[in-house]
Amino acid sequence: MRFMMIVKATTDSEAGVLPSQEQFDAMQKYNEELVKAGVLLAADGLMSSSNGIRISYPKAGGKPKIMDGPFTEAKEMIAGYTLIEVKSREEAIEWALRMPDPHGFGQGEIELRQVFEVEELTNNAELLAKETVLRKQVKEQKQA
Amino acid sequence: MSLSNTHRTIDAIWRIESAKLIAGLTRIVQDVGLAEDLAHDALVIALEKWPHAGIPDNPGAWLMTTAKRRAIDLLRRTKIRDQKYVEIAKNTDLYTVEDVDQVLDGEIGDDLLRLIFMTCHPVLSQEARVALTLRLLCGLTAEEISRSFLVAESTIAQRIVRAKRTLNEKNIPFEVPLGEELNDRLSTVLEVIYLMFNEGYSATSGEHWIRPLLCQEALRLGRVLAQIASNEPEVHGLVALMEIQFSRFKTRVNSKGEPVLLMDQNRAQWDQLLIRRGLAALERSRKLGRSLGPYSLQAAISACHTQAPTPEETDWPRIAALYEALSIVMPSPIVELNRAVAISMAFGPDIGIQIVNELNADPSLKKYHLLPSVRGDLLVKLGRYDEARTEFKLAASLTQNEREQTLLLNRAMECGEGTST
Repeated sequence: MRFMMIVKATTDSEAGVLPSQEQFDAMQKYNEELVKAGVLLAADGLMSSSNGIRISYPKAGGKPKIMDGPFTEAKEMIAGYTLIEVKSREEAIEWALRMPDPHGFGQGEIELRQVFEVEELTNNAELLAKETVLRKQVKEQKQA
Repeated sequence: MSLSNTHRTIDAIWRIESAKLIAGLTRIVQDVGLAEDLAHDALVIALEKWPHAGIPDNPGAWLMTTAKRRAIDLLRRTKIRDQKYVEIAKNTDLYTVEDVDQVLDGEIGDDLLRLIFMTCHPVLSQEARVALTLRLLCGLTAEEISRSFLVAESTIAQRIVRAKRTLNEKNIPFEVPLGEELNDRLSTVLEVIYLMFNEGYSATSGEHWIRPLLCQEALRLGRVLAQIASNEPEVHGLVALMEIQFSRFKTRVNSKGEPVLLMDQNRAQWDQLLIRRGLAALERSRKLGRSLGPYSLQAAISACHTQAPTPEETDWPRIAALYEALSIVMPSPIVELNRAVAISMAFGPDIGIQIVNELNADPSLKKYHLLPSVRGDLLVKLGRYDEARTEFKLAASLTQNEREQTLLLNRAMECGEGTST
């Protein structure tokens, strides 16, 4: 199963302040551990929201509204992510706990989220069929 | 944290640490069975202590220190009786507990590599290699392994016990082979990993078409190996092959659980992340600058499919050429059969069927269901439905996989009853 470790943005990351050499090294070492354990799938850091945009749909069926960055509320934004493939939720938690404090100024926050997959279900044809029907319904609902 | 929560956390820690632990301990005690016992002892102590005392900051180092203390006690107690351990004790710094971090960080990659060369040693049978590797390097239980291979748990347990005994009796050294030997031994290791992967990817018997646990373990082990043996092009080739094949994992069965052939799969659902990883691994293999080996070539073939946005855009001449190269480095009737398919796609079924007809005479393919299946396919394309129907029926009678059987019988039915117009 796949999990995404989402590193939240902070006032520093939003201000474009790069991590210290120490933090950078710690993160590097951690990533190497993930690679050596064969669990790392992808990891990226994001630039601050100042060159990002936000697209929203304030009215159902209406036109999108575009807003230029930077955005306020750093905690609502993400600064990077690490995608891992593990055998259990506990293993994912263990890896997430081993990630160094991404910011080190009391603002560090990591969110761990499981990636949606049909994988666990592929062994069971009946469940798989249900899943497919469900997905189709969701899609139709979205279109409706 | 509740007791069961702590136990689940310890399970997870064990999964992350066990292979490193066993590898490090094997270097110290030179006996893989004993190393595993010592690691387990440490786990048992952790299960007793951690729920009350809390999980230590560096659980891996804690387990290693605990296991090493047990090793030292054991060696002291048995050294008079067992000459082998006296030698070990002399040659290690066991009497001074060395810096655990160094054991865990410094040499751990080397130790893991030595361990995998040991569990995949040619003195063991193929089955034993696979079972022991899954046990020691992937940390799977005998029960998990037995479920993946559809054999009794006791059979697997015995297989593992016997394998460890054989390694010990034959004094198999804990080392990475050198020079000429390295290539042969490495190909044995890769074979074990790919066998695991294939067993999971296309189960050869039973209800389930796919047993994902094995695929994922093989893939993980391959990724680890790509780190610790990064100079070996075929390691990257194998990883590339597995990543790319696994990218199609979800599209290999339809909603009824029936297999879907490569050309009929929904390409939009192929896992782009794994494809990208696979292509990058293939590139690493190429960059090492040696001529492509069997795994890299198979990965390159697989890559051709991922690079075609639609089945019609598949570069069949290139695939046929790659199969030709593969048939030189790895001559086999099965490769020939695949080459025949590629050639018929590139240059027409009438040319492909000539190769297939030649293969019909090969005794090693007599029971191989894909030969009549491919032949049937080509006959359909040539409009020879009566012959095709016979081939599909023959193919169905040769496969043990129930879902595949259904698929083949359906194809036979599609050929109609005796009307070939």
